[in-house]
Amino acid sequence: MGTSTAVSGDQNQTSASAPHRSEALSPSSPCVVFPDDAPLRLESGQHLAPLSIAYETYGTLNAAKSNAILVCHALTGDQYAASNHPVTGKPGWWDALIGPGKPVDTDRFFIICPNILGGCMGSTGPVSLNPKTGKPYGLDFPVITIGDMVDAQVRLIDHLGIDQLFSVIGGSMGGMQVLEWAARQKKRVATAIPIATAPWHSAQNIAFHEVGRQAVMADPDWRGGNYHDAGIVPKNGLAVARMAAHITYLSEKALQGKFGRNLQDRAARSFSFDADFKIESYLRHQGSTFVDRFDANSYLYITRAMDYFDLETAHGGKLANAFVGTTTQFCVVSFTSDWLYPTRDSKAIVHALNAVAANVSFVEIESDKGHDAFLLDEPEFHATVRGFLGAAATKRGLA
Amino acid sequence: MQKAIPLTGQHRADHLLIAEMVTSSSRVLDVGCGDGALLKLLAETKGVDGRGVELSREKVNLCVKSGLSVIQGDADSDLKDYPDRAFDFAILSLTIQATRDPKTVLENLLRIGKHAIVSFPNFGHWRIRAQLLLTGRMPMTPNLPEPWYSTADAHLCTIRDFADLVSLVDAEVEDAVAFNSQGKRLPIKHSIALQNLLGEKAVFKLKRRS
Repeated sequence: MGTSTAVSGDQNQTSASAPHRSEALSPSSPCVVFPDDAPLRLESGQHLAPLSIAYETYGTLNAAKSNAILVCHALTGDQYAASNHPVTGKPGWWDALIGPGKPVDTDRFFIICPNILGGCMGSTGPVSLNPKTGKPYGLDFPVITIGDMVDAQVRLIDHLGIDQLFSVIGGSMGGMQVLEWAARQKKRVATAIPIATAPWHSAQNIAFHEVGRQAVMADPDWRGGNYHDAGIVPKNGLAVARMAAHITYLSEKALQGKFGRNLQDRAARSFSFDADFKIESYLRHQGSTFVDRFDANSYLYITRAMDYFDLETAHGGKLANAFVGTTTQFCVVSFTSDWLYPTRDSKAIVHALNAVAANVSFVEIESDKGHDAFLLDEPEFHATVRGFLGAAATKRGLA
Repeated sequence: MQKAIPLTGQHRADHLLIAEMVTSSSRVLDVGCGDGALLKLLAETKGVDGRGVELSREKVNLCVKSGLSVIQGDADSDLKDYPDRAFDFAILSLTIQATRDPKTVLENLLRIGKHAIVSFPNFGHWRIRAQLLLTGRMPMTPNLPEPWYSTADAHLCTIRDFADLVSLVDAEVEDAVAFNSQGKRLPIKHSIALQNLLGEKAVFKLKRRS
């Protein structure tokens, strides 16, 4: 491994074509750069260098370095899990879960949340400058996998001098990373909490992703991925992708309850294609705000990585093989109304863990909020995380 | 540090008898673990490495919140995933009568655990026999409080019936205790006929004939 350098992220040398662009090249958070002599070997066989990993930390690492928790973010998440987002100014996406006295207690634990490989908030991704051309990678960026994301995170954990993570926690795609950590780094993961996730991406999930990608690529502003050169972004395509995806994060019941057939700021139908309905207006808003903080090419690469995720096939067609010899203590969590990553997918993980006699807890949380429940204030879910982490920490003698 | 087993208090009688049968620091799977009372008792008094399976979501959440390793699942469908001899003891306390297929469940217990411990309400107890004889209706007792149409206990058996099932699945009885409603062991270990008549519940410790 080469020597890594920490860089501070306050220089902004680029003209931003989208508000997030400057964050991609020069993040507000700490960022570690692994130089050219230590390329990351990707599952595709390609090598990636230099490698930047932008990350946030919360709490204090103890002297024994035994209280570190790695938080893995989902598709459109980032390292700002419990701090304000530098582009939107909004609180962290897991602010409800992480903080002093909260279920992932920053008074007790040291939390590390890196931006994933392929992301657009400072870690190396398709927005990063290709050292060969000096321009953004665009589609020259290699196709990456969830395993590659984890291998990149391993670099960061090595850099921080941490031998074993007390816990690795993540929901949705974050949960896929948790499973890869548990499979690839058995000795370095004491406990793991894969939430609202699956051991493989289903045909339905691949299908939704493909719709999103085609929406991006159908936008003339996408320009074969080279939109940065022209100083534009495929806003319309990415917004449509986000709108379609957002529906999959909610439940039918939640949509009906929150929006019903209510009209938006009007008393009657307009007999046009305006956003007459509240749900239309809501989705348009979700789409338009998303493009300000997310890169279209990153969206393509990350959804692809999720589609390629199949822990079973990667382990000879038997999921249990992924966990042979594990000593990690698992807590698998699913939500009743999550139809994107349904409980049966979590149960497949649990069955595989049982098959190797692993130490596993499994809780299905009653919620009508759909897949998004893992990001929301769900008291039963939070109590489970708090109880599981607390008991495991006490068992390991953590103060 | 292991504490002496408390013989009185809020512990269930069959739990205390089961705890006596479990060796210290062993690996235990409690199938139908409820709120985790037995797992906690075994952890406190025997220092076991315990896991649980429970059908009720609420009870599973309670267990996990209190730091126990418990999964939501059921004896009928989730035991097949466990490998052979993964545990020293596979326990089924007052649950076998509520399973769909008690024979397969018992076979799985004997496969997963080096020993299986099963407790169950004895349908051969004299009060139940008398109720059926005198009233001509399905017996209802403090142990079996639900009427026939709403009880989860679809496969009730007597001590004799259970002993027959043990032979049928080619297991041997290592220990068998019948006890009354106060949790007192009946001092009649030698006579299965008397146990079957006077025991309200029973605990069997079994292992597979090799």
